[in-house]
Amino acid sequence: MATLTVPAVVPPVAEDCEQLHKAFEGWGTNEKLIISVLAHRDAAHRRAIRRAYAEAYGKELLRALGDEIHGKFERAVILWTLEPAERDAVLANEEAKKWHPGGRALVEIACTRTPAQLFAARQAYHDRFKRSLEEDVAAHVTGDFRKLLVPLVSAYRYDGPEVNISLAHSEAKILHEKIHKKGYSDEEIIRILTTRSKAQLLATFNSYKDQFDHPINKDLKADPKDEFLATLRAIIRCFICPDRYFEKILRLALGGMGTDEDDLTRVIATRAEFDLKLIKEAYQKRNSVPLERAVAKDTTRDYEDILLALLGAE
Amino acid sequence: MPQQVLAQASSHSSPPATPQPPPPRLRQATRKQQEKDTQHREREPPPPPPPMAAVDENEDLIRAFAGMGGLGVDEAALVSAMGRWRMQPERRAQFRRSFHGFFSVSGGAAAGIERCEDEYLRHLEVEFARLKDAAVLWAMHPWERDARWAHHALHHHGGAPAGVALVEVACTRAADDLLGARRAYQALHHRSLEEDVAYLLKDPNAALLVGLVTAYRYEGERVSEELAAEEAKALAAAVVKASPAAKLVQNEQVVRILATRSKPQLRATFKIYKDLHGKPLEDDFVGEPCLQEAVRCLYSPPKYFAEVIGRAFMDDADRQAKAALTRVVVSRADVDMEEIKDAYAKQHGAKLVDAVASNTHGHYKDALLAMIGK
Repeated sequence: MATLTVPAVVPPVAEDCEQLHKAFEGWGTNEKLIISVLAHRDAAHRRAIRRAYAEAYGKELLRALGDEIHGKFERAVILWTLEPAERDAVLANEEAKKWHPGGRALVEIACTRTPAQLFAARQAYHDRFKRSLEEDVAAHVTGDFRKLLVPLVSAYRYDGPEVNISLAHSEAKILHEKIHKKGYSDEEIIRILTTRSKAQLLATFNSYKDQFDHPINKDLKADPKDEFLATLRAIIRCFICPDRYFEKILRLALGGMGTDEDDLTRVIATRAEFDLKLIKEAYQKRNSVPLERAVAKDTTRDYEDILLALLGAE
Repeated sequence: MPQQVLAQASSHSSPPATPQPPPPRLRQATRKQQEKDTQHREREPPPPPPPMAAVDENEDLIRAFAGMGGLGVDEAALVSAMGRWRMQPERRAQFRRSFHGFFSVSGGAAAGIERCEDEYLRHLEVEFARLKDAAVLWAMHPWERDARWAHHALHHHGGAPAGVALVEVACTRAADDLLGARRAYQALHHRSLEEDVAYLLKDPNAALLVGLVTAYRYEGERVSEELAAEEAKALAAAVVKASPAAKLVQNEQVVRILATRSKPQLRATFKIYKDLHGKPLEDDFVGEPCLQEAVRCLYSPPKYFAEVIGRAFMDDADRQAKAALTRVVVSRADVDMEEIKDAYAKQHGAKLVDAVASNTHGHYKDALLAMIGK
């Protein structure tokens, strides 16, 4: 599921700290050394390394990294080194502060993480930014998007398998009715999408397909330019098929002219220790090339190296 | 009906020499029935009037049976009467005849029996159960307690009382305790609290309540005076814009501010509002009980809880207002009871322990006093 590769025998934390410190020494930076350490340690190890580095050298590891490396490589390394909860908090804060309708980080954090992970992100947000996540989202996002995103990030959904089938049928009907009337930001749609558990939502979407002969996302394509509809579709895809959702983000990031490095870094750094393997398989299936090859073609130097390392390609 | 009897009875300070007149709402026997009764009674000699000491005892026992107002039942007096009147059924009959609110004389098939009034039986059940409720709630984990209250309020009351219970839980608990309550709710009911609130409360308050219940407020002390001033202005603008068609409780700005900002930040905002407009924010929220309560709970839980307790002691307190006494004491005993005592003293000019001691009876009283502490 994860693509992260960790050596069979992990060197002691003190040694890792020493290596990193050596990588920063003198003029220039040994980027390959940084990658060989950090890109092959799991979250617990990375946390231990950060703590030991600060104790040993009196400086935060992330601060040291920020001084030595720059640009997209720096962003990838720093995002990767953070723990999952902090990483989500940082991404959420970035997006909330400079929010625009095409933003997907908040949707991903709210819909592809488990309820416990989303909650850990909210706690990490408190610690880091001294405000609550919903506060900042509510203050910076406006209009219908705010009505959708604030409850989306505040939810603490039931995590279990219990499903009420007749409720699923009735809520599928409600969704169909509201979508038909083009009331896309209707309270009922928002209520269902932002409070029901994942299992209940999947049952609802299945019931929708059974009752109306096509998946719900088909009915949400009325206007290709409508960003609100696109956001609704993204939420639904994140619940139904997260690996295909992420595959599409990667495909759009790598395809065409240029590369959307923010999206690329975000997906790889946030999923490497979870389900990047499944996403790789989905990518191969859809694009007939392995993800590593597409990444190698579109990126260069250190940035390419760390992405490939996280993809398990070295 | 028992309320009227209790109100009447509680106005007596000393036992009367003659039996009390029957209360107005007892079922009136038909004329025929009354004639039959008189005929029946005339055949036997009337029972001798009870001696003064017995009248005193009757009064005490009526009081013990929660017959004189107040909350709880005097268990000790009941048990003692049971012992004293052992083997004296006539003594018990005298008691029943003197307890007009509870027992009534009826004719026909039940002639000669003083039967119980159904409404009073239900009232008594509630009073006996007060100690049980207090004990069970006290033993429960606070998170489970809050989850059960929220569930009960949503499924058995709905509407305004549900809103009140939810606001209380959502706004007076610490952020981690509110989360714990939500987790307990999921464990108990296999659904999330916000799911049920959004689904079951289809009234204008729903958006505010979902927001309050899902909040995970920052708990640090950091406050931005600039932001507080800005948001006080935004609240004032919302108050001006409000109309029956666009209710204040559905105003996005109001909901956003109340449901997401940290409590210290909100207190700063409320203070600036009061300074700017010469009156506290809740005065401008008249007609929106959920909003008013949210503001009170967020601003100062001890003040709010002292008010709730005060309402339980009022003469016209209904069952829910009285049940609130148990709820507040049990849930705040470990949290901010000292502050509540201070707030109560300021609001009512009397010590909370004294008010509880004079308004409650029996083991229920002892339980409350034990939890409130000196």
